[in-house]
Amino acid sequence: MPNETEQTGFSGEVPSPSFLVWIGELGVFTTRLVRSIFAPPFHFKELFQQMHEVGTRSLPLVVLASAATGVVLSLQTRESLVRFGAKSLLPVVIILTIIKESGPIITALVVCGRVGAGIGAQLGSMKVTEQIDAIEASAVDSFKLLVVTRVVACVLMLPLLTIVADFSGILVGWLANTMVEHVPLVPFLADGFKPVTFQDLIPATLRTALFGFIIGLLGCFQGLRTTGGTEGVARSATSAVVLSSLFVIVADVWLVRLIQIVFRP
Amino acid sequence: MKPTTDQTAAIRITDLCKTFGSQTVLNRVNLQVKRGETLVVLGRSGTGKSVLLRLLIGLQRPDSGSIQVLGQEITELLEEPLYDIRKRIGFVFQNSALYDSLTVVENVAFPLKYHRRMTASQRHDRALEILSQVGMDQAAAKMPTDISGGMKKRVGLARALALEPELMLYDEPTAGLDPITSGEINELILKLQQERAMSSIVVTHEIHSAAAISDRVALLDQGSIVFDGTFEALKQSDDAFVSLFVRNG
Repeated sequence: MPNETEQTGFSGEVPSPSFLVWIGELGVFTTRLVRSIFAPPFHFKELFQQMHEVGTRSLPLVVLASAATGVVLSLQTRESLVRFGAKSLLPVVIILTIIKESGPIITALVVCGRVGAGIGAQLGSMKVTEQIDAIEASAVDSFKLLVVTRVVACVLMLPLLTIVADFSGILVGWLANTMVEHVPLVPFLADGFKPVTFQDLIPATLRTALFGFIIGLLGCFQGLRTTGGTEGVARSATSAVVLSSLFVIVADVWLVRLIQIVFRP
Repeated sequence: MKPTTDQTAAIRITDLCKTFGSQTVLNRVNLQVKRGETLVVLGRSGTGKSVLLRLLIGLQRPDSGSIQVLGQEITELLEEPLYDIRKRIGFVFQNSALYDSLTVVENVAFPLKYHRRMTASQRHDRALEILSQVGMDQAAAKMPTDISGGMKKRVGLARALALEPELMLYDEPTAGLDPITSGEINELILKLQQERAMSSIVVTHEIHSAAAISDRVALLDQGSIVFDGTFEALKQSDDAFVSLFVRNG
């Protein structure tokens, strides 16, 4: 990557690549990333810093988004279930929906917006101001320092954030429900979790590690392809968010089907 | 035939070519820098001076030709051996390229963090020592966004000196600075050359910088070296382009 950036300040070079070239470059980038993850040196300090950036700093937003989803889910589902005389199923429906789908996808989309844009803009800015070249000139592998740490941080933090999002969604879902009709928390949870198995919880939560990989990968990839100053940085940040959101949704479709096949009860 | 390795020259460039698309940036460039010598590469903006420096440190690869840096052919080096060579080279970027998330002293300590076995406090002390050599120790705790262009150049220079390089590459070290600050940077470069006896290549388009710091001058035009000699010889050259450049410099 940085050895042949062809970013020269020279006029008229490097035509904008086609979609196929983009796919090819993404493939090469992904291969290098997977190889680099397991090869020393490991930048643990930078990794912990990125985990803080991705995890701790995203926490309030994830909790808020998930809580809002819990409220909406509770109110909407309640109305439908009452109509069909199945009100007693409300805790199960809320908990299963949050654990299996809304928790993971809401977390991933929030992180796409916050972290994906941040990575794209930060690396883009570092690229156009030659900071990445400066790292390389200091004989430090910029790919391992910047890309590997960010992607691994996303992979590790997404499942943890999802667990918090699930917790927040369920709790606030119960709160919204109990404001309409009082149900104590313990029976609500006991009823709701009765049919839930580890096969519902583990694959659904762990699939967000792949979402994390997608967010980190596309944020870094788009950031490092930045050209053209401030406008280019803005373009990279936007494309990082749009592409990672799109790829996460597509991956979700495939993973849900895959999980259903592999973990068929 | 592959050129033989030259241990006496810090840099030996042979038949170096580099193109971007249909544009030829460097066309069969031949240059040599002796150990301890300061070569100033002059040329108009956009003639490939910065590309030449980036090729010397392996940030870009040439299309053809040979580059020997500190006795090693670098054009075909893989990543790891290339990093070993880079540890022996200091690179001062045109826009300083300071890490904007780190303070001034952390910027200077950055190469030490990865290449020297030092505690954090030893690193900090060493970085302060280097900063004091370029007159920037007072600004150690500041962020790069809070210092002036001339100060950034000094910090960039300090960072490049951190690993005590044998070879320094300066990309437009005085570009965009007022004449007084520009003169101070030239004096600093000269002082460091004298104290450390490093080999240097300074890329610039400013004639007065060449006059102040060069042992030898090369003039680049349309991808080729059109003059290679002392600054005095440059001034007396009969070549039309050289004369025009010197007259307007």
